[in-house]
Amino acid sequence: MKKTLFDKVWDTHIVDAVENGPQVLYIDKHLIHEVTSPQAFSELEKRNIPVFRPNQIVATADHNTPTQNQHLPIKDTLSRNQLEQLSSNCAKNGITLFELGHKYNGIVHVMAPELGFTQPGMTIVCGDSHTSTHGAFGSIAFGIGTSQVAQVFASQCLLLSKPKSLRVSVNGKLKTGVLPKDVILYIISKLGTNAGTGYFCEYAGDVFEEMSMEGRMTVCNMSIEMGARGGMIAPDETTFEYVKGREFAPKGESFNKKIAYWKTLPTDEGAIFDKEYFFDAEDIEPMLTYGTNPGMGIKVTGHIPEINDASFEKSLKYMDFKKGESLINKPINFVFIGSCTNSRIEDFRVAANYIKGKQKADNVTAWLVPGSKQVEAQIIEEGLKDIFDEAGFELRQPGCSACLAMNDDKIPQGEYCVSTSNRNFEGRQGQGARTILTSPLVAAATAVEGKIIDITKHLN
Amino acid sequence: MDKFITLQSKAIPLAIENIDTDQIIPARFLKATSREGFGENLFRDWRYNKDNSLNENFTLNNNKYSGKILVAGDNFGCGSSREHAAWALSDYGFKVVVSSFFADIFKGNALNNGLLPVQVTPEFLNVLLTEITEKPDTKLNVNLIKQTISVEGTSFSSKFEIDAYKKTCMINGYDDIDYLLSKKEEIKAFEAKNID
Repeated sequence: MKKTLFDKVWDTHIVDAVENGPQVLYIDKHLIHEVTSPQAFSELEKRNIPVFRPNQIVATADHNTPTQNQHLPIKDTLSRNQLEQLSSNCAKNGITLFELGHKYNGIVHVMAPELGFTQPGMTIVCGDSHTSTHGAFGSIAFGIGTSQVAQVFASQCLLLSKPKSLRVSVNGKLKTGVLPKDVILYIISKLGTNAGTGYFCEYAGDVFEEMSMEGRMTVCNMSIEMGARGGMIAPDETTFEYVKGREFAPKGESFNKKIAYWKTLPTDEGAIFDKEYFFDAEDIEPMLTYGTNPGMGIKVTGHIPEINDASFEKSLKYMDFKKGESLINKPINFVFIGSCTNSRIEDFRVAANYIKGKQKADNVTAWLVPGSKQVEAQIIEEGLKDIFDEAGFELRQPGCSACLAMNDDKIPQGEYCVSTSNRNFEGRQGQGARTILTSPLVAAATAVEGKIIDITKHLN
Repeated sequence: MDKFITLQSKAIPLAIENIDTDQIIPARFLKATSREGFGENLFRDWRYNKDNSLNENFTLNNNKYSGKILVAGDNFGCGSSREHAAWALSDYGFKVVVSSFFADIFKGNALNNGLLPVQVTPEFLNVLLTEITEKPDTKLNVNLIKQTISVEGTSFSSKFEIDAYKKTCMINGYDDIDYLLSKKEEIKAFEAKNID
């Protein structure tokens, strides 16, 4: 039988099945962080169950960490307590932790691929919905709840029913100024926020084949925003080249054996998907969102659609936008470049390339938050920090930061923030804050102009 | 986990679509390290005004409505995987959430916490919303064994789907850890064969 990439990885991880019920899926790699793990550790302790495979767990502190003065004790008592609990839980159970200040610390979905933990053909879970990011390597990666974190601690397995399969193909050549973020925002704007619910999505076609690993991660990251538990891209030379030589990746002969296996993973010609969508790369323009879910996206030069629906109107009211309105020239006071979607080195290169020789607008507060300590180091090494400093941008320390505003990085009430993160939900970036999702290029241009501009007219 | 077999209760309408888990429990309340107490901040930014006074217009603050069933708009629980959303709904006192569509992760989290997600057709959801909004004393009957939800004193009734394994877990109050631990030998055998 012809198999999809998803089938191949899923089928090789089935341990057992409940009669007429879910399957027992083996998990290769379990990533944890401070927010969704403490209750799982307590659950195990309460029931006197040991952590089954501590060597397959990797921990980092990211959601709740400050992005300034990370060397000082954390002021917020609850945050400090949560981080201390992570440290003591990891120490007690023999789990590798890259805690705050460690040279490998960072957002879980940035640091794990960067260190070579993420590899093709794996099953990877984490108590975070953006775990779909790791699917960029051709792995089955998805977010889980805390009860499931406890299940994986206890058994290195999960009970799951096999999801349906969906393929989104984008062929052709992307226009100048159209980045991976625009591609995924475009797809979600066309398919809506629940088109993928119950499905695992494979992205296929020239556009993804030609994309860098970092771009692929940006795309797979937002699969959950169309409801899909995960997204995947077939591993190829780009993938192997990225994984090669990374600290925790296989080396030498073992790596060569892995590559031989990884090459068997792509979807067989003629395999059947439950649902398929096709798009043309030429139709995609730089995008932005105008509403309170990631499906509410238009091209930057577009107009807000005129839809008569109570939920739609509630959303526009929150954003203080009108039907039919264009957002060009809309004044913006906050810009955030960061999050597990867009905080990798390529994102900062794009921003720096645009910003170089320009100045940030006076009205704008612009936060640049790298995804990891390694990205931060690279920003400095490549001289990008000098460009940001000269232009008046603030480079902060790594973490999830203003993507979910759990720490002090909050956008004030009523303010618009042009953000490279993944969610524009009400209050996501702070109570009453209004989020406009874009690529790092559009975000950088907004910070320079102090308003939203037609980026296509400003490219060389 | 609490068992769930049947429930008769009044219900609270929340006719908003795409309610994400950030609305159910905002991120700033996720710093706690235990499962208890999240109900206090359930729908925090809809329940309270900017000055922390009660938002009288929000359904949970409307004295007309009460009960252990929440009837919500399409695509309930999308967004973040935070199980705190299920904990907050349970902690507030809900036993059942009804919608025409649930996001995957939320549905799993709810089932793992004895909170029953009942998915009905958009048409039946409209019937329920109309009935409970116009007649707040209306009671709904949820029967997990028969997989039915009905409006007491009317002929409105609908079947709902649930995974057979999860149904057994809910009825008996079992969770997946018990099952997975019973499979330890199979898991070790799988590792011996497949993991290098």
